[in-house]
Amino acid sequence: MAVQGDAVEVAGPYDRAKALSAFKAGDIAFYWITRACAISVLLILGGIILSLIIGAWPAMKQYGFAFLWTQRWAPSADPPVLGALGPMYGTLVTSFIAMLVAIPVGLGIAIFLTELCPQWLRRPIGIAIELLAGIPSIIYGMWGFFVLGPFLAYTFQPFMISLFDGVPVLGSIFAGPPSYLSVFNASLILSIMVLPFITAISVDVFKTVPPVLKEAAYGVGCTTWEVVRNVVIPYTRVGVIGGIMLALGRALGETMAVTFIIGNSFRISSSIFAPGTTISAAIASEFAESDGLHQSALMLLGLLLFVLTFFVLAAARLMLMRLEKKAGK
Amino acid sequence: MNFMKTIVAAGLVAASTSAFAADITGAGATFPFPIYSKWADAYKKETGNGLNYQSIGSGGGIKQIEAKTVTFGATDMPLKVERLDKSGLVQWPMVMGAIVPVLNVEGVKPGEVVFDGETLANIYLGKITKWDDPAIKKLNPKVNLPSEAITVVRRSDGSGTTFNFTDYLSKVSAEWKSKVGSGTAVEWPTGVGAKGNEGVSGNVSQTRNSIGYVEYAYAKQNKLTFTAMVNKAGKTVEPTVPAFQAAASNADWAKAPGYYVILTDQPGEQSWPITASTFILMQREPVDKTASAEAIKFFKWAFAKGDKMAEELDYIPMPDSVVKLIEKTWSADIKS
Repeated sequence: MAVQGDAVEVAGPYDRAKALSAFKAGDIAFYWITRACAISVLLILGGIILSLIIGAWPAMKQYGFAFLWTQRWAPSADPPVLGALGPMYGTLVTSFIAMLVAIPVGLGIAIFLTELCPQWLRRPIGIAIELLAGIPSIIYGMWGFFVLGPFLAYTFQPFMISLFDGVPVLGSIFAGPPSYLSVFNASLILSIMVLPFITAISVDVFKTVPPVLKEAAYGVGCTTWEVVRNVVIPYTRVGVIGGIMLALGRALGETMAVTFIIGNSFRISSSIFAPGTTISAAIASEFAESDGLHQSALMLLGLLLFVLTFFVLAAARLMLMRLEKKAGK
Repeated sequence: MNFMKTIVAAGLVAASTSAFAADITGAGATFPFPIYSKWADAYKKETGNGLNYQSIGSGGGIKQIEAKTVTFGATDMPLKVERLDKSGLVQWPMVMGAIVPVLNVEGVKPGEVVFDGETLANIYLGKITKWDDPAIKKLNPKVNLPSEAITVVRRSDGSGTTFNFTDYLSKVSAEWKSKVGSGTAVEWPTGVGAKGNEGVSGNVSQTRNSIGYVEYAYAKQNKLTFTAMVNKAGKTVEPTVPAFQAAASNADWAKAPGYYVILTDQPGEQSWPITASTFILMQREPVDKTASAEAIKFFKWAFAKGDKMAEELDYIPMPDSVVKLIEKTWSADIKS
């Protein structure tokens, strides 16, 4: 307003309309600039999908839907036999195990930090979690390779084998020669990588719970567990699931660390200590040297990951909407 | 400040030299990268002309030269004559090297364990799974091998090294040939995949009771336990430069169109069975004739003066007779 006033003082009252129209033009320009920014995101997204589809077209034509359930990956056969089952299985299994570990631990940390932690310990733990999110993924890969891998291969796996040897299903899950490049190693590294997402977001939403609700619950004699279970979690469900979704999105697409430690084998094995591969790891390790149908199949894998991530996120969104409806009743 | 000065100076030098002579650009195989960069350094000191070689892998090298974005491409897997003709390329071998099996078994020293092709193929087929398998024991009666599972390590990326290794296994094992075959990336029946020669050496040195295959230079630099091999003549040979040379001397380059010679499983009592050569690809009718002539000058210089440097890095230089053939090919096939 001050600017307007100045303009009136200097140039006289009859210039008011002109000044106003100048402001209006500025507003319109601003509207279009921000709109262009927003639309460019859509254009880029569309362009990426389109170029993926064009690149993947030869492989789609060649393999059709059989691509989804073919396990063989033989780029040097004539003609190449390529199927996505191995990488898809690896992507889903690593993400599943990662979430299985990360969700309870992540929520546990968040609950401890907001409800139980002594004040002086809060900052160090909070900062450590944030640092965990800032570590480049290749560092996780190296740690998995040099530290976690040998531990799993020479200590943990022999222990699990001796524990479950002869037990029908569990026995085969832990079987195999010790190898520190394995699906399990990759899953654990992934779980550490996604932990900060779950924790950080959960802490933020837990803080939004009105103290009066919690105090009331404590007042009627609830234990801490009951307060968390019946007050904090129901109140913050949407936010917590949002954090888990973000984490899952990262777990599905993580490339560098996984490529480093998963062992890059297209064979599906019943043992989680056997090497496997994920979609992104397969693309990362084979793309540079691929050509023709092989490259097209890798593009198709990329498209599949895109679709897979989209569906997972869409499913999570749907679940959220249902929850909100239910809570609304 | 010093650092900044160096950068500025480097930039100025780069700018001033590029004004006189453009750097030779090439891309391709990672295996010859150490020797190409060593040659490039020496060549730059001598002539002032630089070489910009990007080691992006054989497949990438082939793609780049076919797209004419570089002056030369480099590949460990030679192209067949039909493909050369189709893409209008000239191909010749530049330097030779060897691939060695490496293992990590406690108490086993380099060269102590012997494999033959069949056994190696069966390990990579997943048919031999323990170190004290009768087939391994028969070849190594004196070596104390544990009753432990073998962890097989192989490449996860496409690779010229893999091409030569699987080509050898296809030659010595009918089963390997029908089930897996040869190529830069194959359908591995077993094993964990690691990226690059570095990845395989790293994995083998980390994992107990593992086996892998790498270029000899990597085995030597990383002090890995390489094995001896039984060659085609039935003799046991250790990976040494004379053994690589013996295999290389068998190659009949003169009669091979497009120099398409693969050096695995060569006859001769001394021959190392998994020897390989690496190739250069150039356009027959180059877009930039000056750049092409500069590249040829570099290769000529490398053949004339680079032998000793190659040997220092455990590569095997091309014999003089072959170099003469290659020089003829240049003048006949590449337009200048």
